[in-house]
Amino acid sequence: MGCASRLPAWVELALLPALNLAIAALIAGLVVVLIGEDPLEAVGLLVYGAFGYGEAIGYTLFYTTNFLFTGLAVALAFHAGHFNIGGEGQAYLGGLGATLVALHWGQLPSPISIPLAVAGAALFGGAWAFVPGWLYARRGSHVVITTIMMNFVAAALMTYLVVNVLIKPGQQIPETDIFAPTVWVPPLAPLSASLGLDLGRAPVNHSLFLALVCCLAFWAFVWRSRFGYELRVVGKSEAAAIYAGIAPGRVTIVAMTLSGALAGLLAVNEILGSQHRLVLGFTGGYGFVGIAVALMGRNHPVGIVLAALLFGALYQGGSELAFDMPEISRDMVVVIQGLVILFAGALEHLFRAPLENLVSRLQVAR
Amino acid sequence: MAAPAIELRGISKRFGPVVANDRVDLVVEAGTIHGIVGENGAGKSTLMNILYGYHRADAGAIRIDGVPTRIARPIDAIRAGIGMVHQHFMLVATFTVLENLLLGAEGGPLLAAGAARLRAELARIGREHGLDVDPDARVGDLPVGLQQRVEILKALCRGARVLILDEPTGVLTPQEADELFRILAALRAQGRTVLLVTHKLREIMAVTDRVSVMRGGRMVAHRRTAETSREELAELMVGRKIQLRPDKRPVRPGRPVLTVRDLEVADDRGVRRVKGVSFEVRAGEIVGIAGVAGNGQSELLEAIAGIRSADRGEILIAGRPVRGASNARPRGVGHVPEDRLRMGLVGHLPASENAILGYHRRRDYVAHGLLRRGRIVDTCAGWLERYDIRPRAPLMPALAFSGGNQQKLVVARELEHDPELILAGQPTRGVDIGAIEFIHGRLLAMRDAGKAVLLVSVELDEILALSDRVLVMFDGRIVGELAAEEADERRIGLLMAGIAAEAA
Repeated sequence: MGCASRLPAWVELALLPALNLAIAALIAGLVVVLIGEDPLEAVGLLVYGAFGYGEAIGYTLFYTTNFLFTGLAVALAFHAGHFNIGGEGQAYLGGLGATLVALHWGQLPSPISIPLAVAGAALFGGAWAFVPGWLYARRGSHVVITTIMMNFVAAALMTYLVVNVLIKPGQQIPETDIFAPTVWVPPLAPLSASLGLDLGRAPVNHSLFLALVCCLAFWAFVWRSRFGYELRVVGKSEAAAIYAGIAPGRVTIVAMTLSGALAGLLAVNEILGSQHRLVLGFTGGYGFVGIAVALMGRNHPVGIVLAALLFGALYQGGSELAFDMPEISRDMVVVIQGLVILFAGALEHLFRAPLENLVSRLQVAR
Repeated sequence: MAAPAIELRGISKRFGPVVANDRVDLVVEAGTIHGIVGENGAGKSTLMNILYGYHRADAGAIRIDGVPTRIARPIDAIRAGIGMVHQHFMLVATFTVLENLLLGAEGGPLLAAGAARLRAELARIGREHGLDVDPDARVGDLPVGLQQRVEILKALCRGARVLILDEPTGVLTPQEADELFRILAALRAQGRTVLLVTHKLREIMAVTDRVSVMRGGRMVAHRRTAETSREELAELMVGRKIQLRPDKRPVRPGRPVLTVRDLEVADDRGVRRVKGVSFEVRAGEIVGIAGVAGNGQSELLEAIAGIRSADRGEILIAGRPVRGASNARPRGVGHVPEDRLRMGLVGHLPASENAILGYHRRRDYVAHGLLRRGRIVDTCAGWLERYDIRPRAPLMPALAFSGGNQQKLVVARELEHDPELILAGQPTRGVDIGAIEFIHGRLLAMRDAGKAVLLVSVELDEILALSDRVLVMFDGRIVGELAAEEADERRIGLLMAGIAAEAA
């Protein structure tokens, strides 16, 4: 009895996601056929566009880095029992934090200025998520509602700041001055070149390592630390938390703040590692896709790495595909991503019941 | 002689490697109340789910009124005249009684005609069986006993001649349970058949005509209720001799461990539930608090545990006040909460992580902010062994254990951290006989070791079996105190009903 999974671990962790992905690919293929293109050729172009040559790999990894940060952000809040939809806004504010540090102290030597700017991004992203956490703890406001509202506030605030305050003096384009090169997060290209891989002009940079360190820290924090334990108890049962002498409000506030800080780190990759200045709308929807990444990755760092890589490949391979097959527009690529999200996230239990039946029948037969 | 209402022959069902039902036979005569007893996991629920079409048997035959019947889905069972009342009600809380009854029996796209027909039907059934419920009341506003009545009505409205009740009294007060038994007797008088699934022997003895005992997926005995006894049934259920009343050594109370003075506590909605309560619990004694559920015992217990703040009065542990749950545990307060699944355990976390819930700040379990995982799992594995909690799987989610084993895990955690005061709220609710015997033994051992125990229970048997002193609560006040020698069911019962001590 109970509701623990009756499936062997390899089915749960490998076969189920693979099946979901396969069905998404199948339907996406049908759509391609309907448009009148060859689906196999499209798949080939997509895979080649994502992994076929050095620069493609570089771009794929760059997008992967973004999805790692936002996926981890959503997953952390999820373990505390909350659905943080505000990754987009928190990342946006993270950009403000990074920018303010970069503009004021960017000329300091890199070992000082870069960590400061990273801290700025985390601090501002965290602060933006602290507000919904605090509102929930003190007033019971629903985090889904408050975080999504904070996205709009963030967008309006950032537009105002970039257009009216931070804009490079004497120009019309809404963006700040270029940062001092000392605060740029160094690109990976020189490193990979020494290993024999030419990344071309891909913007992938050392933020990728920061993201992977975050994955490791995430795992240790959630499953090995005392605070992570309290966080999971609160996420699963507030009544049990109160019984155990844990203050759910305090835990929620900390969890949301850390979640926002992770989202804010997106700015390190985008702003400090690639754009080197603050531009409007640099978050590009990565915050929202982070929800799908966390969902598909089952809120576990290993799953999130795989899901982020998949979405990174879809992003990069998709734009190549749109370029090579004019029939397939940029929007079509979004449709394919949507199908992946639909089958891997929303319909993740589609094959569960039939598989469970099959497994139990096989066991009886044995 | 008429064909039996239900006849099951050779029913077998496996779930993976687990044999839930093994060639089970059951004959239920029409117009009787037939009890099915067995410990948790004996296969009672599986058998009933097969009869109602939730599961399909791997082998075996079902005859209804002598006619071979194939039941693949619940709709087949309903058509065959079988109705089921689940342990957890299947009602829409925001709908009215009538709307709930209408679900699945709308009788067309417009509701008015079906509603009118049902309203008439409801009035007729109400007259026949004495089953009165206001059809326009919102189900969520009704007390649990009446909600259950709605479930019974739902089955009757669909023409059920055989009614299956799965652990129907788990959520009822003794009065509500008596009311239910009166209804069941009325149904029997109308010629309907009742299948009562339970593990409470008192109920079996009180209302059934016949009883079948299940153990380990098999049917082990059929008896006429009049020709058996609680002791015999308990032995058949467990497979060995069972002591329904534990032996007790004479009490030797020591210094006061818990002192409560003029305590007033409100519930979540701000209603005052504890109205000026004062008492003491001394080392080496068990004080039982008896009372019908909802008379302030829960709030009292939670206030002492530090979960609920008191509006007035004092709670002293060893002479000093406590502040909050995080303060109570380090002071030696172990708390077995009334609702283990809501409060005592985190269902989706493994047993090992549940074994430190509330004690997770102790240095035994944490070093440098990190959990000492090996030690936690070892500790938990040790308890699984000593408390005979099955399976011995410290990494299995708490939810996957049976109710009795879950409760033993909670009891282990709260008793093994060396408490001075043990707060035990319904420590054996929904737990099978073997586990009850074990938990009672552990509580008595703690008392003999000089610990203070405060027991809150709605089961009079439990209060009488364990307590050295009995306090009776009614409407937020302690209305009587009885020493163990002078406490009996009648006297406590009168006090519980709010009849003053002098009258008793």
